[in-house]
Amino acid sequence: MSEQITQAAPPIPQTHVAPPGRLKRALGGSVGRNLGLVIAFALLFLVGTLTAGDRFASFDNFVTIIRFASIVGVVCVGMTFVITAGGIDLSVGSVVGLSSVVASLTAVQLASAQSSWLLIVVVALAVGTLAGFVNGVVIAYGGVVAFMATLAMLVGARGLAELISNRSTQIVNNQGFLDFFRADLLGVPILIWIFVVVAAAGWVLLNRTTFGRRTVAVGGNAEASRLAGIKVKRHMVYVYMLSGLTAGIAGVMFLGRTTVGTSTHGTLLELDVIAAVVVGGTLLIGGRGTIVGSVLGILIFSTLTNVFTQNNLSTSVQNVAKGVIIVAAVLLQQRFASRGSRSK
Amino acid sequence: MITVDHFAPLLEVRGLRKSFAGVKALQGVDLVVRPGEVHCVLGQNGAGKSTLIKTLSGAYQPDSGEIFWQGNPVTIGGPVAALELGIATMYQELDVVDGLTIAENVFLGHEQATGGLLHVASANARTEQILSRLGHGEISPRMEVGQLSAANKQIVSMARALSRDTRLIIMDEPSAVLDSQEVENLFRVVAELTAQGIAVVYISHRLAEIRRIGDRITVIKDGKSTANGLSVADTSTPELIRLMTGRDVTNIFPAATPIAADAPVVLACDRLGVRGVFSNVSLEVRAGEVVGLAGLVGSGRSEILEAIYGARRSTSGTVTVNGTVLRAGSVEAAVGAGIGLSPEERKSQGLILDEPIFKNVTLSSFGRFARGGFLNERRERQAAREQIEALELRPADPDLVTRTLSGGNQQKILLARWLVHGTAVLLLDEPTRGVDVGARAEIYGLIRRLAEAGTAIIVVSSEIDEVLGLADRVLVISDGEVLTTTNSNEIDEPGVLDLVMRGSAA
Repeated sequence: MSEQITQAAPPIPQTHVAPPGRLKRALGGSVGRNLGLVIAFALLFLVGTLTAGDRFASFDNFVTIIRFASIVGVVCVGMTFVITAGGIDLSVGSVVGLSSVVASLTAVQLASAQSSWLLIVVVALAVGTLAGFVNGVVIAYGGVVAFMATLAMLVGARGLAELISNRSTQIVNNQGFLDFFRADLLGVPILIWIFVVVAAAGWVLLNRTTFGRRTVAVGGNAEASRLAGIKVKRHMVYVYMLSGLTAGIAGVMFLGRTTVGTSTHGTLLELDVIAAVVVGGTLLIGGRGTIVGSVLGILIFSTLTNVFTQNNLSTSVQNVAKGVIIVAAVLLQQRFASRGSRSK
Repeated sequence: MITVDHFAPLLEVRGLRKSFAGVKALQGVDLVVRPGEVHCVLGQNGAGKSTLIKTLSGAYQPDSGEIFWQGNPVTIGGPVAALELGIATMYQELDVVDGLTIAENVFLGHEQATGGLLHVASANARTEQILSRLGHGEISPRMEVGQLSAANKQIVSMARALSRDTRLIIMDEPSAVLDSQEVENLFRVVAELTAQGIAVVYISHRLAEIRRIGDRITVIKDGKSTANGLSVADTSTPELIRLMTGRDVTNIFPAATPIAADAPVVLACDRLGVRGVFSNVSLEVRAGEVVGLAGLVGSGRSEILEAIYGARRSTSGTVTVNGTVLRAGSVEAAVGAGIGLSPEERKSQGLILDEPIFKNVTLSSFGRFARGGFLNERRERQAAREQIEALELRPADPDLVTRTLSGGNQQKILLARWLVHGTAVLLLDEPTRGVDVGARAEIYGLIRRLAEAGTAIIVVSSEIDEVLGLADRVLVISDGEVLTTTNSNEIDEPGVLDLVMRGSAA
């Protein structure tokens, strides 16, 4: 066996991730990839304006749409990391409920109306992060499939929330907390600002930091990442903790918006979150994720709901439309993806 | 060997052309296959061999050109049409269904049934017949295919071809997944098939194999056949390489430079072992030295590399780098101490295929390009560009998607990764798998240059001649034990095989 010759493969056209040049790079990057979403968004706007006129196309209504999206949107940011890393987190809805219950109990029982309302926030975030930590450890070190581990957390966290709250609703009476969430900043409600800050931070984290690079690498090829020296298991724990953290933030936002903590907060939230993230263009198999896409995804859903409500259509009709949109968006994405780098 | 009429071609292909979205894959290929011969098709990566196979098996439709089958013009409209003519194809990725039995796989697509009810017993009986015809009467047709070895899956694939009235079997790199003994069995089966008048179109990297079993050769270069029906016996190896590459490749292994007598020992393993896999492996690699591990598939050679690298937890013994003992089972410790691994399965273990080159190059060291956790992609690109230019990766564009590169270029990315990271020890597992002959010579040269720069290198390859050609010293391994350690110029390939056979018999 001396000299060797290789197998032939049909010539593969070489593709770029991001062509050089600023405009080209922008088009090849997130803007170009999200073009379909922007178009869908524009179409929805057109339909909304045509059918509902000024009731739709007004500043107040836009604020309503975004505020409606903000709580789910925050969770979408965490979920984008989980899915990009090749995982899934079904427990986010239950964790939202659990963190809101624990935080509201803290507010009612431990802290008096005078104590700092930040304690409520810290407790909620800690509960969410802890739930994510448990998910991550069970998945990364226990070797349990993410789907099952977080399904267990979905059931378990909801049950725990019911036990702790005794299925009763706690009303938050901390004035500082309530005032903060009632406030506006530059005419925009605080819930929206939270969403904006979380999304921006998420974008930077995913696209500009070593944490984000690790997330994409692990999702793209976990074994290659491990053999390159990345601590894959530890990183997966961090990613699930991040998802839990965003669920905790959403729990606080629920408290702020409704002024009550209840174990039913966030029921079925995980479905909307996963749908928005995947419609947004994050690959369900991992390795590619987009915060901009996820934000657009959730905004499309909330705009859709708004347009339908303005036209007095039932939630049943909305759900059918949502289902159609999810399938259509994913079909479209696959077209785009197959024209891109996944030629083989 | 050929007992059938030499002169009436079974298959004749004239002027075959095929383009994909403007890329000309085939631009005039001729091929004449006679009954009962082993016809080898040679060519470099991207020469058009796969396209030719897929056209003959009906997966692609040619843009122009003629195909004659037993003298009659035919069009092969699809895979079923090819099978009905009598052309069966064994693809490289074995196309068997793991969850079905052997018999169910053999009759997949042409199940024997009446009114939808399967004749299980008769399918099993016929499969048994075919298996014994292939010299594997011992395999039960009721076995689930998922439990079979790669070699036996190949037998199933061949049995499937024989379950129809097949006149021509196309084998796309059948030996790539087999070890030396299994390759011998494959050759025996091929000889039996051709003795029955069946023609085999054989595609392989390995010139030595073609010398063993081939009758005639067609060479494809840049989508054109540059030589048709050359007799294997009358064509020299340098001539074949020249036809494939268009240039002379005389000596593909670079000359080794002698290592300084006082070169420090960089890597030392002391009685390293993984329970049930290998034991008592002691070796030392000095700066500038290339040490080869020779052995068959399953001998434990890859596992030794994995244990040194910490990807597999060793259960006994120690790994020492520059005097520091490494924590067992920790890749981070190994990488931190300056060990780099280029893994056996480049695509599944080494690269993130949908990411650009530069992100793959910096995968082990991107933290260095960050300040406070924020990455500087411009500096990353720059560092990657410097390395891929030094390694003569063409085109040297750090933004190209890794999936689209050839095997040789992908291997260079892995070398670049460890050059950017900076390594004292480089572990190379199958560094030239799927790499064409020209790029191979380049990679051998690069490995030698790295050694000359003071890196301690361990090479593992299933091609014994590659280990012997590259390494200064060779450890012969069988069944997880080091049989001998010797200078590579004091042993040859038959010597290694002889040791391995005797070692495993003892």
